[in-house]
Amino acid sequence: MIDSAHRLAQVDFAFIMASQTAISVRKEALPDPLPLDSGRELAGVEIAFETYGELNAARDNAILVFHALTGDQFVASEHPITGKPGWWERMIGPGKPIDTNRYQVICANVLGSCMGSTGPASPGQDGAPYAKDFPVITIRDMVRAQMRLLDVLGIETLHAVVGGSMGGMQALSCAANFPERTGRVLAIATTARHSAQNIAFHEVGRQAIMADPNWQGGAYYGGDTPDKGLSVARMAAHITYLSEAGLTEKFGRRLQDRDAKSFGFDADFQVESYLRHQGISFTDRFDANSYLYITRAMDYFDLAEEHGGRLADAFRPKSADASETRFCLVSFDTDWLYTTADMREIVHALNSVAAPVSFVELSAPFGHDSFLLDVPALDRVVKGFIG
Amino acid sequence: MSTLRPDLAKIAQNIPQGARVLDVGCGDGALMSELQSGKAVDARGIEIDPAEVEKAVARGLSVVQGDANRDLADYPDGAFDVAILSQTLQTAQRPDWLLDQLLRVGRTAFVSFPNFAYWRMRFSLLMGGKMPVVRHLPVSWYATKNIHHLTIEDFRLLLTEKGVTVEDSWFFAGGSEISGGGALSANWRAEHAVFQLSK
Repeated sequence: MIDSAHRLAQVDFAFIMASQTAISVRKEALPDPLPLDSGRELAGVEIAFETYGELNAARDNAILVFHALTGDQFVASEHPITGKPGWWERMIGPGKPIDTNRYQVICANVLGSCMGSTGPASPGQDGAPYAKDFPVITIRDMVRAQMRLLDVLGIETLHAVVGGSMGGMQALSCAANFPERTGRVLAIATTARHSAQNIAFHEVGRQAIMADPNWQGGAYYGGDTPDKGLSVARMAAHITYLSEAGLTEKFGRRLQDRDAKSFGFDADFQVESYLRHQGISFTDRFDANSYLYITRAMDYFDLAEEHGGRLADAFRPKSADASETRFCLVSFDTDWLYTTADMREIVHALNSVAAPVSFVELSAPFGHDSFLLDVPALDRVVKGFIG
Repeated sequence: MSTLRPDLAKIAQNIPQGARVLDVGCGDGALMSELQSGKAVDARGIEIDPAEVEKAVARGLSVVQGDANRDLADYPDGAFDVAILSQTLQTAQRPDWLLDQLLRVGRTAFVSFPNFAYWRMRFSLLMGGKMPVVRHLPVSWYATKNIHHLTIEDFRLLLTEKGVTVEDSWFFAGGSEISGGGALSANWRAEHAVFQLSK
């Protein structure tokens, strides 16, 4: 294990189907087949990741940051396709709330995604892309793959696991399934189970992708990609990430580059133009099949169900002398995707096993996306909790 | 412990080293913070005001934003060595329920509250005929969070009714502890009372 940790991680070329561009990403191959919740096994799994900051001599200062549905490992460095800054640079870096002068931050592309980790666009046994032969995966499978990555990197225990949205689901799953590796859990704007409403929105997105003639039952690699469908999926989802007040403030009923309504179906309103742009630019960096698989994994997520139907049992210490995992949960008052009520359920479960937990509902105008945006109170909470 | 309010300082002095402590209505976590650094306790808090919770979490404390009137029921029996309710009893929807919960989740409980029978209050009410606005209860009747004013005598009666044991008690006026004179005298002389209780 130590040997592999000290050798330089292999740098490989990932062919990003959606963008048709070859980029180099850092990745590791997992030595053994990965068991999946579906009962299947996945051999030859590769996990792409980035690290920021140095691992200490005791190898116990690592913080694993889990990304959200459409995120990736470029949490604090420029995205190789879009050229945009890392998606959480305001939170992670030297002197930032998660201080890379003190901690090594690791962020891995989740299993099933498309930024270098094994997913539906990756070659299967026969060398052709898996497409719909890729197994359906779960949040726990994503976490399991990342724990295997840590094994390869020679990291036993984590100072903390951190994530917002789907990243928060992974953080909770990590605490429930790998408590011995998890010192602290920071879960932001997330839930312990996908609600009917959450599943419903995802189903709209999936149907949009599958209704695109280019989808071809998933076997579109090498041909035209279902950009229209993926774009509509992103548009629908994007609405759920914002608040009504936020949309009203940003766009209101203002018209886009015109003085009067066109009495047609162009993007008359600024909000339409904005959504269309969000949808189209998303297709440059994301694979439609990955979107199907990852939204499915989120819909399947129910932490209580995995633990006999009682959420508290997910967090019950496995033995009396097990070291305690500390929790910090944060919700936002304008988040209607994963609400304060959803997060209170987790808090109640943690309280019922007397786990050390902090919870705060922060006030921010940006809806679900607040966790990614300028909310100074979140910075203070994160800094205080991470230590 | 000099920066703490006198009632909190008294509670802090009487908490054993390394205890598991729940501070109900912990505010920004001043007491928890002192206890954690001074006595190596495992401290948790509940606080209803999100701004206060944010401050407490920012200092690295385990504090849950919630309503003690409801959320205290989540905790298992005997989860804590000590449960603390400081200056919060008189704001509770059902102080008697809260007291039961406190002694259910904690093996011992510290409860502090402002005494409505302090002589200045009696004097003010008797002479002025108005709800007193005084140093230790400075908010007018319509704006105060205190919805269940009580006296030291009221509290003792409730404890007797519930069969709760008083392990110790301390009384304060003008920011310092008062001693001597017995219980009845305390009900006249004390602005604040601190009780250590067990079931």
